[in-house]
Amino acid sequence: MLIAGFLALACVKLLYLPSYKSTDFEVHRNWLAITSSLGVQSWYHEATSQWTLDYPPFFAWFEFALSKVAVHFDPEMLVIKNLGYSSDKTILFQRLSVIVTDFVFAVGAWTCMKNMHNLKSVQARGPSRDAAIYTLLLTNAGLFMVDHIHFQYNGFLFGFLLLSIGAMMQEQYLLGSLWFCVLLNLKHIYMYIAPAYFIFLLRAYCFNNSAFSITRLVKLGSLVILTFVVSFGPFVNQIPQVISRLFPFKRGLCHAYWAPNFWAVYNLVDKALTIIGKKFGGDMIKIPTATDLNGTQASMTGGLVQDIEHIVLPSVPPLATFIITFLFMVPCLIKLWRRPNSVNFMRSLTLCGWSSFLFGWHVHEKAVLIMILPMTLLAVISRKEAKYFLLLAITGHFSLFPLLYPHQELYTKMFLHIAWAFLAVKMLKKVHKCDLLTLAEKIYLLASVIIFIYSEFIHFYLPPNLAKYEFLPLLAYSAYSALGVISTYVSPDRKR
Amino acid sequence: MLNVDYALLFSVSLILRYGVSLWPYSGEGKPPMHGDYEAQRHWQEITINLPLDQWYNHTQDNDLLYWGLDYPPLTAYHSYLVGQVAHRVNSSFTELHQSRGIESPDHKLFMRLSVIVADLLILFPAIRFFCGSSLSATALLLAIYPGLILIDHGHFQYNGISLGLFVISVAAVIRNCDVLGSIAFCLALNYKQMELYHALPFFFYLLGKCLHQPSFLRKISKLFVIGVSVIGTFVAVWLPFFLAGPYTTLQVVRRIFPVDRGLYEDKVANFWCTIDIIFKLKQNLDTSQIGLLCIAATLLLSLPSNLHVLRYPTPRNFVMSLLNTSLVFFLFSFHVHEKTILLVAIPAILATSVLDKKSAFQRYWLPWFLILTVFSMVPLLVKDGLLLPTIASTVFFCIMYGNLDQMVSTSSSPLNERMSSPLPVEPNSFWIQLLGFSQVVSLCGACLLTLLHEVYPPPARYPYLWPTLICAYSSLHFLLFLLAFHVIQFSSGVTVSYSKKKL
Repeated sequence: MLIAGFLALACVKLLYLPSYKSTDFEVHRNWLAITSSLGVQSWYHEATSQWTLDYPPFFAWFEFALSKVAVHFDPEMLVIKNLGYSSDKTILFQRLSVIVTDFVFAVGAWTCMKNMHNLKSVQARGPSRDAAIYTLLLTNAGLFMVDHIHFQYNGFLFGFLLLSIGAMMQEQYLLGSLWFCVLLNLKHIYMYIAPAYFIFLLRAYCFNNSAFSITRLVKLGSLVILTFVVSFGPFVNQIPQVISRLFPFKRGLCHAYWAPNFWAVYNLVDKALTIIGKKFGGDMIKIPTATDLNGTQASMTGGLVQDIEHIVLPSVPPLATFIITFLFMVPCLIKLWRRPNSVNFMRSLTLCGWSSFLFGWHVHEKAVLIMILPMTLLAVISRKEAKYFLLLAITGHFSLFPLLYPHQELYTKMFLHIAWAFLAVKMLKKVHKCDLLTLAEKIYLLASVIIFIYSEFIHFYLPPNLAKYEFLPLLAYSAYSALGVISTYVSPDRKR
Repeated sequence: MLNVDYALLFSVSLILRYGVSLWPYSGEGKPPMHGDYEAQRHWQEITINLPLDQWYNHTQDNDLLYWGLDYPPLTAYHSYLVGQVAHRVNSSFTELHQSRGIESPDHKLFMRLSVIVADLLILFPAIRFFCGSSLSATALLLAIYPGLILIDHGHFQYNGISLGLFVISVAAVIRNCDVLGSIAFCLALNYKQMELYHALPFFFYLLGKCLHQPSFLRKISKLFVIGVSVIGTFVAVWLPFFLAGPYTTLQVVRRIFPVDRGLYEDKVANFWCTIDIIFKLKQNLDTSQIGLLCIAATLLLSLPSNLHVLRYPTPRNFVMSLLNTSLVFFLFSFHVHEKTILLVAIPAILATSVLDKKSAFQRYWLPWFLILTVFSMVPLLVKDGLLLPTIASTVFFCIMYGNLDQMVSTSSSPLNERMSSPLPVEPNSFWIQLLGFSQVVSLCGACLLTLLHEVYPPPARYPYLWPTLICAYSSLHFLLFLLAFHVIQFSSGVTVSYSKKKL
């Protein structure tokens, strides 16, 4: 079933080869070029293209390995100067590389599915549970949309996360940590869920039978340090440069397309208050018009990246977001410390991802996957978690719609989203043997259709004076999805 | 309430269909004639800009040599409807004369969506109607069969409409709603004249049912009612042309049945095309002799299965006869296109509903046959630039077929939670093993030929080597299948008609 499922999905992904691809395609082509043409000492200095290398070293080595295969498809893609090069062979190679490396994800999903059998606290059993875990992970519509159309390697990366979780389920703590360290050195955004790992490993591994074991701490520590040394070793002379590439703080509080998180709502409230204030307060409040902000034509919600200045509500510096994010992680971390089993570990992991999504600095809407994918494993454990999973996943995938904006992709995302939603509902219903969503929740999910019809169709036919608010569709998507994501976040906390 | 199983099946089917839509259509980027896509667009242009009596006639505004209408009136009406929508979306799509050869991403999206809409309105409801409320293997296979997807959503055609109507008619007739069935079949026939391939079994089955009526009065009245509905449907469809005059009506007939065309175009997996490799038919016989030979062979070979249905009119025999008759027509009739194999594939899939799912048919013959139908169209699909979607959709189909039990049983009771049967399973007999082995060897051969066709350029002396080999390979297999399917049809002997599933 592992191979059959993977292969079947690969066929569907292959069909979508000619889809729209975002600038991320060029980003990765550029990195293929950089890693294959230049020596290691120049990788993090090269800046011919605006898409500089901003992932940790292991990913750079990954691109290097890929470039060895790429040369057989079309050597021209490996020339740095060929900015925007996208011949048919290039597209074929790049898309195939995502499809093939998804195998890591398949193996990770399979491992988690198998290792779930060992967990005693899990209610539902049987082949329907296995099928649900494996299928819902593999066919995740959000992953399909982001990886195989928009273009990224998230499947590959999440594979390592799943392998890590799988190992933890088997109490193979060192192996689990190894996978996680590899993951961190592939993409550092996973640092957000590191607190869960830290607490879990400290409590479950280092405190061996309530006695603190120095040997274990040392073993763990050396493993972690060793991984980082192997990763950053070749770059030991350029650490500051690498760090500056990895953590660019010039970017604004919100990404171009508003991720449906707390700050999006915050911005919205700020904007609303500003408009109200202007109406009642006259000229006391000066609203920056579109041209004020660095002379660019875009507004806060127009779709470009820039620093946001808040007018009515206080401005939010990056440090504040970190503190708030961390504060919200604390409750689940405390619970994990008290009862350090694998299920709680997965819950903390998901909740850490959730907090960082809601309160983090410059969060991409793609980060919604960091909550949805681990939560797929939790969905088979209890009915409540299944319900939250459905609400989160369906809303989360819907929030990814603005990413695939061309007309052609409208139907792609619609069909993928609808199919997966039905699949999830059907499979989870079979696992838990009951209807999972209340009427109110179903109505909420169906309301997305209205938002969809508005944003994709009606908005274009509005009279000119309303159409200038081009941010409205994006705003609608964000606001609607934020409601879903935030409310489901609040709910699991309530059961503590 | 909403049937989640069907909703899931159809949305997955839509994902496959839309994915194939992203690839090139026939004649993309190949002026001046382009292909079937341009033909359909041209028909929209003709039907909305010209009066009805000029649609099929060669006039100053309507050059029949440039994709003249050659399907029956329902296609023309459909083109008219789609054309009206096209005109409102973007008038340049259907500008008389000006819009010839128009190619743009917007236009492509529009045309592709029109096929999807046709599937949503006709094919999917037909599947649901045929298969009933619980998902069956038949429904799954109909929804993901790659041949139909690749031709309709890749090459570009509207087979979903005629085949959908055909499926409805079969379902209705099996459920003893003969009037509805007759009307639906006539509509299918009036959409594409190729549905004549299915006409004989319908005739003989309905006749057989009439003859089995208890009393003479009942026999006559049933015959009469069916006759009236058939004639009524034809009149309703053709009325505008009758009113336009006898010349116009005859012109339509002339366009639909072009008797002056050759025995075949390109290479087809047809008996005559294969024989032609050894014995040059066109050189030794003239057109009318060839025509006679085709008709004689086709009718003669269709007789056994149809007489069987007349004598024992059961749903099982009817569906098997549909399969056998259409395969005979495909192999032996005049001017066959490789795409017409779809008319054989669909009845083959429908046969899963009347045969046992553990039978050799469903386990071996059917998947083997269906894959070969796709293989037989490979030269056409490669010419369109559809090789990758062909491979992808066919591999997907095979994997789904291999796991059919799991897919379909998910909608059933918890009894199916057990993965393996508690009953001891008999080891396969020698013949079944041989069958399985031949299937694997044959499919490897097909893959090899596809690979060679793609990778190895043919020698200069035989430029059509690979398409010819592919066609010959396919037609030899089809002859084998013809024999096997006849054996299966006749092996049932006399069986009572069993009632069909609930709606």
